[in-house]
Amino acid sequence: MIQHNAMPRRTVIVTLIVGLLLTIMPLPESLDPFRPDWLALLVIFWAMQLPRTWSIGTAWIIGLILDVSQGTLLGQHSLAFCVIVFITVRFHLLMRVFPLPQLTATVFGLLAVYQFLLFWTNGVAGTHAASTVYWGPVITGALIWPLLVMILSGVRYQDRSGN
Amino acid sequence: MVTSRQENINPTRSPALGLRLLALIFLSIVLMYVDNRDNHLNSVRKAIGVAVYPLRVAVDAPVRFWSWLSDSTTSRNELELELGRLRVERLLTKARLQRFNALEAENARLRALLDARSRVRDAVRVAEIMSVDANPFSHSLVINVGSRDGVFDGQALVDADGVVGQVIKTGLLTSQAMLISDTDHALPVEVNRNGLRTIAVGTGQIGSLKLPFVVNSADIRAGDLLVTSGLGGVFPAGYPVAVVASVTRIPHEPYANVSATPAAALGQVREVMLIWSAGAQGNPAENSPAAGHVE
Repeated sequence: MIQHNAMPRRTVIVTLIVGLLLTIMPLPESLDPFRPDWLALLVIFWAMQLPRTWSIGTAWIIGLILDVSQGTLLGQHSLAFCVIVFITVRFHLLMRVFPLPQLTATVFGLLAVYQFLLFWTNGVAGTHAASTVYWGPVITGALIWPLLVMILSGVRYQDRSGN
Repeated sequence: MVTSRQENINPTRSPALGLRLLALIFLSIVLMYVDNRDNHLNSVRKAIGVAVYPLRVAVDAPVRFWSWLSDSTTSRNELELELGRLRVERLLTKARLQRFNALEAENARLRALLDARSRVRDAVRVAEIMSVDANPFSHSLVINVGSRDGVFDGQALVDADGVVGQVIKTGLLTSQAMLISDTDHALPVEVNRNGLRTIAVGTGQIGSLKLPFVVNSADIRAGDLLVTSGLGGVFPAGYPVAVVASVTRIPHEPYANVSATPAAALGQVREVMLIWSAGAQGNPAENSPAAGHVE
């Protein structure tokens, strides 16, 4: 099982910075609506792996940083992040034993919840955007999830063997 | 499930987690409400923005490096060609400017005759666009100047051909600007040919604007140049915005379907000019080498 006392803090921070870089990296106009929510995927992954040390407060702060870098309403991504982290932490034991296809489907659901919260807050605040802006990242995010799990599990395994 | 029961304290199952979630949701909603209402949170935004700045630079660096590399490895031959082209262009521009100076003097005289307030030259500063993607919900870009350089919210951005957008979030070192093609952006314009005033609204597509409030009988046709009317108070008057692409008049409808193509190359600009028009707030960075005046 996973060691809970050894929090690979450095690994987590590095992956989050890489995630933020990928989020603000310029993409061609046509691909832009399909950019996965890298930070949302990472936040779900780490919440699943480290449900004890990974608090929803951390996710909230990451959301705030994302809000500033994206220029969205302060608190918008924070809200979405802490909700999906809460769900993930609640069901992390279940999600860990899910086979990959089922886990991917769950992640799809979580990403949909995440995008719905953004959509909802955007609607309340009066920001309009095309529907691909919301659906594109959910689909590409779910497609990229298995790959991300493979890479991050490798990183984590190395991290543990290094300890 | 079994492991969770073996432990005395399991934070993932404790009611504290739910309480914390509720507290954070409440905090988020308060933040969003305050942020949407006023500018009280600008200092918070700026503080976190400074932390994000290195990341923006890091993302921008490879693109900058690539353009530097391609600049420095251009052959002498190509450079000479480019130089020749620029010389010709400069000559043409200067020739046009001579006429323009005379016209400006004439305009000032006529305005004096009419007792109208003469137009003051606007201060400008060149800013570079960082290759950073910002808000996915809007058409926006990030520029490499901030409140340190005197940038303020609502400041107009133009490129060599026309209006690009306006600053919406001023950070300390970088700022975010909204393009005129954003669906939330509306710009008071007038038809250059006859002074017909209307509003140009973004469509969410980078290459088109729409003019939703042009009555069917209005004198407007494809090819008309739209310039800023200066009525909104944000954009100084007289900058080109778009060229009318098509006018469709539907009988029995109050308004015509008018679409226009932005004059500025919204998708391709690398450099923009920030405008400090007379009477606007902020303080133009006069001493910086890039500062200048629009003739």
